Amino acid sequence: MKKFVRYLLPVAFLFSLVLILSGCGKKSLSQQDVLTNDRQSNTITWGVKADTRLFGLMNIKTGKVQGFDIDMARAITKQILGKNGKAKLVQVTSNTRIPLLKNGNVDALIATMTITPDRAKVVDFSEPYFHAGQAILVKKGSSIKNIRDLNYKGAQILGVQGSNSVQNVRKYAPKANILELSDYAQAFTALKSGQGVALTTDNGILYGMSVEDPNYVVAGGAFTKEPYGIAVNKGQKPFLRKVNAAVKQMKKTGEYQKIVNKWFGNVQGFEEGGN
Amino acid sequence: MINILVRYWPELWSGLLSTLGSSLLALVGSLILGTLFAFMEISSHRWVKFIGRVYVEVFRNIPLLVVTMFFYVVIPMFIAKVNGFTAGTIGLTIYTSAFIAETVRAGIEAVDTGQMEAARSTGLTYTQAMVQIIFPQAIKITIPPLGNQFINLVKNSSVLAFVAGFDLMYQGNVVAATTFNTSDTYLAVGLMYLILTLPLSYFMRYLEKRLA
Repeated sequence: MKKFVRYLLPVAFLFSLVLILSGCGKKSLSQQDVLTNDRQSNTITWGVKADTRLFGLMNIKTGKVQGFDIDMARAITKQILGKNGKAKLVQVTSNTRIPLLKNGNVDALIATMTITPDRAKVVDFSEPYFHAGQAILVKKGSSIKNIRDLNYKGAQILGVQGSNSVQNVRKYAPKANILELSDYAQAFTALKSGQGVALTTDNGILYGMSVEDPNYVVAGGAFTKEPYGIAVNKGQKPFLRKVNAAVKQMKKTGEYQKIVNKWFGNVQGFEEGGN
Repeated sequence: MINILVRYWPELWSGLLSTLGSSLLALVGSLILGTLFAFMEISSHRWVKFIGRVYVEVFRNIPLLVVTMFFYVVIPMFIAKVNGFTAGTIGLTIYTSAFIAETVRAGIEAVDTGQMEAARSTGLTYTQAMVQIIFPQAIKITIPPLGNQFINLVKNSSVLAFVAGFDLMYQGNVVAATTFNTSDTYLAVGLMYLILTLPLSYFMRYLEKRLA
């Protein structure tokens, strides 16, 4: 009996860890008022993608992330904090972005994030700042013309963990197998090495991959509507209002359109709004 | 945490089985490969010894993830289709075998040289002496460090998550991404890894006691 108790010690330890973790942190970082903190430090911390061309991609030469989301984050920071406001950029992936927001590592997410009812239960979204739609990327000359062509047993579709596109694709191609990889760069590499016949996510991201490697093309147009929103923690209404006001102001002054043109002006076949 | 375990039990259970399957395959594979390379390392033939050393030094010093990614993305481009589970298991086998080779070699070398000399003087050939006298003694010495390697192997199998190998960690990521309840999910996953590793740990301890 004594021995048995000793064997269970590690399990008991883990359980007590659970209890401690769920007990503490009543006033965690994510529950303090972001707007006040950010005004004090003159910095807004944004969670952005670094693996997504056009939206947020690490430039290997300069070591800086650049893209539509990045420019938006910088511009919104300036709108809220004034000309000298600093935007601190933290890299996130589809899978890590909500946890990083919830534990207070970032103040807001501007990371190709679709507004969905499920997500709205755990975070608050701004008004949509970009309208994408889900599509598929295939090898040039592939027999797959749209998502319905993938609805057969044994089809391997690649996606990214934590993105809602993998859940969508289950509706449109229920017979296919879905392989979820950890980020878009890896998913695209997997597509190139033939681990799947198609890669699915939002068209904006796919066009970026197509720009990178013209041997891969977006097939069949968008089959869902994916409005991107800026996510903040629950209970940060003052901050959210400021973000919404900033985007509205940018649309009015034409700054928003300028950023859109900068990143998507030259992309062949791109149409904002999906369907 | 309990509700995550209950609600997503089918996913987590299938993940546990994949982890177990991959670990068992890699365990058997790496034990065979590792022992083989251990013997190559102590061989008296210069070239055999050289190949053994190169294999061990290369795969011991490359991260497991790199080996796995190589099988997942590079091999399919040139040779044959490899799915995530297979790529992960092959990576795991090769990576672990390098460590096992070192462990077994150390075990064999720890057996007193007088044993080999005595065996040879009774008329046994080198191979006979190795198999019948030295190796059984070496196994005893290597059991504790081997146990460590096996536990590491089970934990390292989480590399499958990076190549969509549907293991426990992969399913954990999927559940965390669907529920957004990351802390509870990963605690549940940690607990399930314990289910696999604790018995192994205690079994190794038992073996150690029995054989000592």
